Amino acid sequence: MASWKTITRRSFLVLGAAFLGGAAFGVYKVAEVPANPLVPGPDGMPLNPWVIINADGITVIAPRAEMGQGISTTLAALVAEELDVDWDQVRVLHGPPAQAYYNAGFVARMSNEPDFRLSQQPRSHNAILAAVPKIFSMQLTGGSTGAIGGFVQMRLAGAGAREALKAAAARRLGVAPDTLRTESGKVIGAQTFTYAELAAEAADLVPEDVALRDPSTWRYVGKSMPRLDMVAKSTGTETFGIDIVLPGMKFATVRMNPRRGGAMTSFDPAAALALPGVEQVVGLGNGIAVIASNTWTAIQAAQLVDVQWGEADYPADTAAMLTRIEAAFATEPDSRLRDEGDVEAELAKGDVIEAEYRIPFLAHASMEPLNATAWVKADGSVEVWCGNQAPIMTRDAIAGALRIGSDRVTLHTPVMGGGFGGRTDPVPAVLAARVAAAMPDTPVKLTYSREEDMGQDFYRPAAIARLSGRVENGKATALWGRTAAPSATRSALTRLIGFAPPGPDRATVEGGFDQPYGLPHYRYDGHVADLTVPLGFWRSVGNSMNAFFLESFIDELAHAAKADPLAFRLELMRDTHAPSARLLETVREMSGWDGLKRPGFGRGVAFCYSFGTPVAQVVEVEQTPGGIRMTRAWIACDPGLAMDPSIVEAQMTGGMVFGLSAAVQEEITFADQAVVQQNFPDHDALRMHATPRFEVRVLQNNGSFGHIGGVGEPGTPPAAPALANALFDLTGTRARELPLNKTFAFVT
Amino acid sequence: MSFTLSINGTPRVVDLPDDVPLLWALRDGLGLTGTKFGCGVAACGACTVLIDGQAVRSCQVPLSGAVGEITTIEGLGQPGALAPLQEAWVRHQVAQCGYCQSGQIMQAAALLAQVPEPTDQDIDDAMQGNLCRCGTYPRIRAAILDAAQMMKAG
Ligand code: FES
Ligand code: FES
Repeated sequence: MASWKTITRRSFLVLGAAFLGGAAFGVYKVAEVPANPLVPGPDGMPLNPWVIINADGITVIAPRAEMGQGISTTLAALVAEELDVDWDQVRVLHGPPAQAYYNAGFVARMSNEPDFRLSQQPRSHNAILAAVPKIFSMQLTGGSTGAIGGFVQMRLAGAGAREALKAAAARRLGVAPDTLRTESGKVIGAQTFTYAELAAEAADLVPEDVALRDPSTWRYVGKSMPRLDMVAKSTGTETFGIDIVLPGMKFATVRMNPRRGGAMTSFDPAAALALPGVEQVVGLGNGIAVIASNTWTAIQAAQLVDVQWGEADYPADTAAMLTRIEAAFATEPDSRLRDEGDVEAELAKGDVIEAEYRIPFLAHASMEPLNATAWVKADGSVEVWCGNQAPIMTRDAIAGALRIGSDRVTLHTPVMGGGFGGRTDPVPAVLAARVAAAMPDTPVKLTYSREEDMGQDFYRPAAIARLSGRVENGKATALWGRTAAPSATRSALTRLIGFAPPGPDRATVEGGFDQPYGLPHYRYDGHVADLTVPLGFWRSVGNSMNAFFLESFIDELAHAAKADPLAFRLELMRDTHAPSARLLETVREMSGWDGLKRPGFGRGVAFCYSFGTPVAQVVEVEQTPGGIRMTRAWIACDPGLAMDPSIVEAQMTGGMVFGLSAAVQEEITFADQAVVQQNFPDHDALRMHATPRFEVRVLQNNGSFGHIGGVGEPGTPPAAPALANALFDLTGTRARELPLNKTFAFVT
Repeated sequence: MSFTLSINGTPRVVDLPDDVPLLWALRDGLGLTGTKFGCGVAACGACTVLIDGQAVRSCQVPLSGAVGEITTIEGLGQPGALAPLQEAWVRHQVAQCGYCQSGQIMQAAALLAQVPEPTDQDIDDAMQGNLCRCGTYPRIRAAILDAAQMMKAG
């Protein structure tokens, strides 16, 4: 298997320009080059973290992990754009854990201002890049930040490499570099050289200044490129983490305490050890692992281990948890990130419309179950393969668990079979390393059963919201939203970095406080509930919660105002954020909104501005004899600069399917402190026959030039409210609780 | 126990307990990792292979019952020599994470072998056992319809 490690052993590396500093847009001065994590080899000079050139072609080391969102293709296109190589010369690999691969995009996500306001401010890459405190060790994939973070970094890497190659050719020919040009992986002058020929010499010739190309000349960026992983993924030859094969490998699985966080009081492995093929049962303190000749035998045997579980420190069942969440309304708000006008005075005028909404915990349920492979070597070092969204944290967690230095951990990040936020925690990698330590010098692949994957997830929080509003003369005058939920951010950060940074918990209210609705009186509060159920980031995080609350409630207000729900939203948005208003107009036109209303059909609209990208969606539903069917859906989005329209379309559609799946039928519930749902039959997603037909339009008006909104997540939040609103339109019943199959009968 | 399976036209010997499902014999016993594990309970289709041309969930077939000619994704086509169905998959840029796609493609291959010109309803009926968490269904449908056209044109 090709990896950054084997490649660097036989390659010359070319230095991409450093990326810090710089002033004017388009020209960047080389400042400091971060330490290069790629390992030196006998015949290669390791200099550059991003571009490797050898006889096989150009390999781009992508700092972000590929989970299906197409980020590796987009990052490679950015390099290729500046480097002047043909698309079929480009390959991409994920880099090792290293400071150089920190995610600049996350810094843009650390504000408590509504995104739609930030995007209107003049753009300064300098401010974003120079402000990055590297102590964050943020080699994270998430927050829909991959393209934003790479936009400058990766082009600079390509441009720096190009200029270095030109300089090498210029030295050979004794001419000035600017008399040469580059094309298709060659430097062309009086003589033509391939990049591979020049690579070794170019490594010494770091340019001082690099000018980035004018966007009007782009060939790859902004175009729909064939994904670099498409052939492998269509032939079964992509190597996911679960596909790692090593010599003499053994196969393991885990069974951890279903009462999360509780201890294991005792276990008896006898029955498991009696099963043919079982080699070892390993106690892990809060669970057990079985090592066997194959994964299936390990999974069977794990069930035969007789275990006594200790208790968790959270309530026994979902009802008691919701009571705990409800109690948070009586506490001081943790945040009030929006407070415009005088909501209380306006609501005191009377005729207040009120509603309460409830949504469940959710699992990520990626198609590839959690897994990791570890190999503890004779010298005590360890090599681990694990699809993960946070390599530096994962590496350090493995080191901590084995009590060895981080430099003795080699972590590979293979392609992930879905992530959706569920591969941020280092748990599978740590468990694999611990299990492998019980069988030194033998590679062990640890695979979770689907049941274990679902029961040991870090869930999207359950939440309750109470909203009040007022309409007058057909218009909304006031809205006060209050969301109560346990904090996913605090739960996750406490696990990951040992503490939760102070300050308001944005995720509890995002999607609610930050929307471009120009209501004269607009307040949004977050109440953080005291509940220790393990939580995590689920595609679009808090937006998946608050978009359902806010967009359902706006619909209720529109209905009370006897207004068309789409026109009602447009009215509220027109003067606040023109690109968002344009999206509502676009879905109105695409869907033929005015003509959609007819007997037997319902239509619903919803909107959410998240991760820098506003998205409007319309869903059409039909009452059929077999139940309610989603027939068609329309999506209009505006990420600003659309780096790859085909990938944007795929992510928008996929994100909406993900949101609709949860809205229709997904929930995680607890009984006796354990998750009830075990496998797809009780936590299913939409199937092909139940999925509507889609039409997507990608607009590029949002923000000033260089604004790149995320695309992996923003398709998800509007899905649930658009569907709920359509169901109201069809049936006259307002569902204020998810999943919707509690209220409606869908086609199965 | 030792079993001889006929996989992609080649006899392959695997030495595992006889109740181990074909899925795990392929993946763990033979290193044929193109066939994926998703649920283990016949609910996701990620493990779909063909046995004598029929799409089956390999997580449900014990080794002792794996008789017949087995075709896995590796046997359908290779990166340099794609089957027409796989070409359509690439043309329509179907895969996102790609994890479900081996199963989707094998299921679609069985469909097209039986129904060379499937209707939307045929596709719905054949494909609804194959889950895709990334939501690639619209492009899967387009690729199947396209492949059917290409195969008809020869
Ligand atoms: S793994 Fe066989 S159907 Fe899911
Ligand atoms: S492409 Fe990811 S599950 Fe289907």
